[in-house]
Amino acid sequence: MNRVALFIPLVLFAALSLVLLLGLDKDPQELPSALVGESFPAFVLPSLDDEQQMLSPDDFAGQVVLVNVWATWCFACRIEHPMLNQLADQGVAIVGLNYKDKRAEAKAWLYQRGNPYIMNIFDQQGTLGLDLGVYGAPETYLVDKNGVIRYRRVGVVDDRVWNDELKALYEQLMGAVQ
Amino acid sequence: MKHLLTLVLALLFSADLMASAEVVEFSDESLRARYQQLIQELRCPKCQNQSLADSNSPISQDLRAQVQQLLEEGMTDKEIKEYLKARYSEFILYRPEVNQNTWLLWAAPILFVICGLWVIYYLYFRRVTAASGHELAPHIEVAPPAQSTPELSPADQQRLQQLLKRNNQ
Repeated sequence: MNRVALFIPLVLFAALSLVLLLGLDKDPQELPSALVGESFPAFVLPSLDDEQQMLSPDDFAGQVVLVNVWATWCFACRIEHPMLNQLADQGVAIVGLNYKDKRAEAKAWLYQRGNPYIMNIFDQQGTLGLDLGVYGAPETYLVDKNGVIRYRRVGVVDDRVWNDELKALYEQLMGAVQ
Repeated sequence: MKHLLTLVLALLFSADLMASAEVVEFSDESLRARYQQLIQELRCPKCQNQSLADSNSPISQDLRAQVQQLLEEGMTDKEIKEYLKARYSEFILYRPEVNQNTWLLWAAPILFVICGLWVIYYLYFRRVTAASGHELAPHIEVAPPAQSTPELSPADQQRLQQLLKRNNQ
């Protein structure tokens, strides 16, 4: 017993070190997703292009879409934008959620940088953002044809994220439609 | 010393005083206490370790406004927490619920106390039995009796001498 007992502190130390070491790899900024597997929240909000036109989830029901939360004040959105243009060119349907932004500035942004979105929801008050649990732009959701959120990405979608995490799921969902 | 104490106290409570200096109007003043309680127990999703009350980030401002509105709508504290949890996940609760993921977190203090009691009991118990002579305490070790040199056979003796001799050369 005596000899073995001497090693207890060492073993405890090693165990603690291991736990802390594993913790280093975790991103504390990333929240667990509450909405993956849930239906896209209901909303009625004006379109960015035309304030008279009201949009709701029915407008993209039945298709697999990426819903991208963006704003002109969001610096990382600038970095992400070319990737979205590229995805749109490949035929990916992207719904924009213009989050707590100014209409004129948002329109100018799309004019200058190109418009990868099939439609843009203008969420000035951030109500839909709140229902989605948005806590920072950009965020991207993958919504299947039944309107269920299948994936959520907080932060920029770049080549790596698309190829490693999104593409396979997207293609699988597209395949399920046909 | 007194000054130091005052300083420490001032530092301790400064965060609370700074929290939500904004003016919040309620239709019913009884909601205010619940509001204060809630925003202190809810965590700002964008910040790493600040409550909604402490944080002045835009998302916290929005969520405070939302909490206020939900209170006005007559939701209970529990319903408001559920509402926010459904959107921002458990991260938003500073006091996590007891479930599969968090039971160890909740049980840890009790487990530590039990371990501590066990160690105290163990040490004390060993002392007492050692003192009463039933058993020797582990730290009192009696030196083993000096061992006599084992007998060597004549052949071994001879080999030993040879080795020693060779070593000396």
